[in-house]
Amino acid sequence: MSLDLLTPEFLIERDRNRCIDCQVCVRQCANEAHSFDAEEEKVVSKDEKCVACQRCVVMCPTHALSIRRFPLEFRENALWTGRTIKDIYKQAATGGILSTGMGNDKPYPIYWDHMLLNASQVTNPSIDPLREPMELKTFIGRKPEKLEFKEGKLITKLPPRMELDVPILFSAMSFGSISLNAHKSLARASQQEGTFWNTGEGGLHKDLYQYGGNTIVQVASGRFGVDPEYLNAGAAIEIKIGQGAKPGIGGHLPGEKVNWEVSETRMIPEGTDAISPAPHHDIYSIEDLHQLIFSLKEATNYKKPVGVKIAAVHNVAAIASGIARAGADFITIDGFRGGTGSAPLRTRDSVGIPIELALAAVDTRLRDEGIRGLVSIISASSIRNSSDVVKAIALGADAVYIGTAALISLGCHMCQKCNTGKCNWGIATQDPNLTKRLNPEIGAERAANLIRAWKHEIKEMLGGMGINALESLRGNRLMLRGVWLSDRDLNILGIKAAGE
Amino acid sequence: MRIDAKGMYYRQLNQLVKEAVAQGEKEIVLDNINGQRYIGDGVRGDVRIVINGTPGNDMAAYMDGPELIVNANGQDAPANTMNDGKIVIHGSAGDTVGYAMRGGKVFVRNNVGYRVGIHMKEYQDKVPAIVVGGKAGDFFGEYMAGGILMLLGLDLPEGQEMVGNYCGTGMHGGVMYVRGEVPEYKLGKEVKVVEMTEVDDAKVKELVEEFCSYFGYDPAEVLAEKFYKLIPFNKRPYGNLYCTY
Repeated sequence: MSLDLLTPEFLIERDRNRCIDCQVCVRQCANEAHSFDAEEEKVVSKDEKCVACQRCVVMCPTHALSIRRFPLEFRENALWTGRTIKDIYKQAATGGILSTGMGNDKPYPIYWDHMLLNASQVTNPSIDPLREPMELKTFIGRKPEKLEFKEGKLITKLPPRMELDVPILFSAMSFGSISLNAHKSLARASQQEGTFWNTGEGGLHKDLYQYGGNTIVQVASGRFGVDPEYLNAGAAIEIKIGQGAKPGIGGHLPGEKVNWEVSETRMIPEGTDAISPAPHHDIYSIEDLHQLIFSLKEATNYKKPVGVKIAAVHNVAAIASGIARAGADFITIDGFRGGTGSAPLRTRDSVGIPIELALAAVDTRLRDEGIRGLVSIISASSIRNSSDVVKAIALGADAVYIGTAALISLGCHMCQKCNTGKCNWGIATQDPNLTKRLNPEIGAERAANLIRAWKHEIKEMLGGMGINALESLRGNRLMLRGVWLSDRDLNILGIKAAGE
Repeated sequence: MRIDAKGMYYRQLNQLVKEAVAQGEKEIVLDNINGQRYIGDGVRGDVRIVINGTPGNDMAAYMDGPELIVNANGQDAPANTMNDGKIVIHGSAGDTVGYAMRGGKVFVRNNVGYRVGIHMKEYQDKVPAIVVGGKAGDFFGEYMAGGILMLLGLDLPEGQEMVGNYCGTGMHGGVMYVRGEVPEYKLGKEVKVVEMTEVDDAKVKELVEEFCSYFGYDPAEVLAEKFYKLIPFNKRPYGNLYCTY
């Protein structure tokens, strides 16, 4: 036991019969869990440095390594678990706010897994998407109240919109929180698959302006990297008010991660902290939000859709109604399981509400008020696979953002240490020795593959329901049934129980 | 060219201004301005726009180069995220003047509201400056990350204080020059008062002279008072706030 009372979280098991002391693990671990003992002429490990990112396990040429959870050594206690005790040791040793990466990992209910999809049997035919046309085309933006035609041609002037071939976008992750190679991977994959990626609040690197047509540029409270060129570079602008992983608090990129490239892209001096205040100090009301939306529209000559991203919080439906009325073209709702490059643990794990309930509540509210057509809704957080996408759309989303799933496609192993900047997979780091591990060509291909695979699966599920256009599923909650849900949950989700 | 903005909706007005700029107009005079928002937003180039009347909120947001002369008061958030250019306001201005401003200069003859210069930045050759002739509200220079904020306290009535509370709270870059002493209790905990250097004196002189050239003050008289320099204790005020879970 070390002096700070902490025991290792993980055990590194090295099979000495297999290990050839080649030191691949030593070179691969940015956390310095492995080292070469020159005297003994063998590789040794320090369990306490391991974060279970699995990099060494994957890279070991002889499969000599495995990582296990360190056996629970505390006396069993359902209230005072090992985790809760260790948290106190850490804070007692440092006096610091516990900071972590990735989304809420606590066992709250996952509503996606309590909703089941319908399929056609006898009374209506299912459709085989391999042989029949299936439309996933999605437009994000305001819908005109009515369409007018003259001599067969559309004469209504359509508001600016984003056109997606698939209802999945890559969520906002800033350059700084993730590497340039990760940005390049997502930008290229977006272009390839006809969708969009989002810069997050960290500016747009000059090498990525070429992907502007598939880029959503974000404007947040710190206004990093925001100038007229940036605003006009993207296909849309997203105002970030909040993030699911840390509703109500700002961002803070430590100076260590602000190297010259991040500095150039954010337009701040190298090595300085990039602090995003908790609120936008020019927004204290819906009217103020309207003002920011329209200042951005003015600055881009009304050519780009402007959206607003909020975290799913208690009054999300009323807030969304205000955002729609403030003139936003789309609303992004980020649920309490949304990921992060860094957030205080307590906020990440205890603030906000599940996206499934928030999404249903917002869609219902906007419909009840007759303003659902004013905006598109993008649902963000905890989308793990294509059936989650289909369920989100049936609940009322126009499209979904994926962040964590996208990073996993690039190689992330969910060790939740994004905040340390020592990502051994080259994703959540700015260390050039680590970032080069992510090849953007390969990354783009893997992210694009994921989108393509999900696209096929979505078509299969739609076909199974006898639906040939995604538009017919949007807000079509009859296609969902709940299991193991209370009446109250079913009511908020606006779905029937299985068997009804 | 002149545009009579009487009763004109902001969208139409701003479109006319942008069209004129696109056609290479170098001086545009806007008459009868009465609260139209977003004047100069996102406009680039070296045009001079004279605004006769009170412009609305978010004037010169994201602006990149032009010069705006306001012959009246300004409202909230002029120079919001401004990249470059100059604004001269012959009157007072509201809250959050120069929010996240990255470049250019703002001169306000009289007073400004709350949170002025919030999150002002600097980057390479871009060092923005805001010079306020009168007094400022609370949270002057909040989260300031770069640039220069100057407060002159001219013509204040007896008993009026030039600096509000929480001055420089969260400041982690840039510098403030205040003409007169700031009571300790008004300073944010991230800010300290330090001695002026020759470089500071030169910078103050340069900005004061420019300020006086617009508003008809005598630079020698303004510079006769002692200036105080405020800087952050630390460029990384929150560097030790966290531990890894």
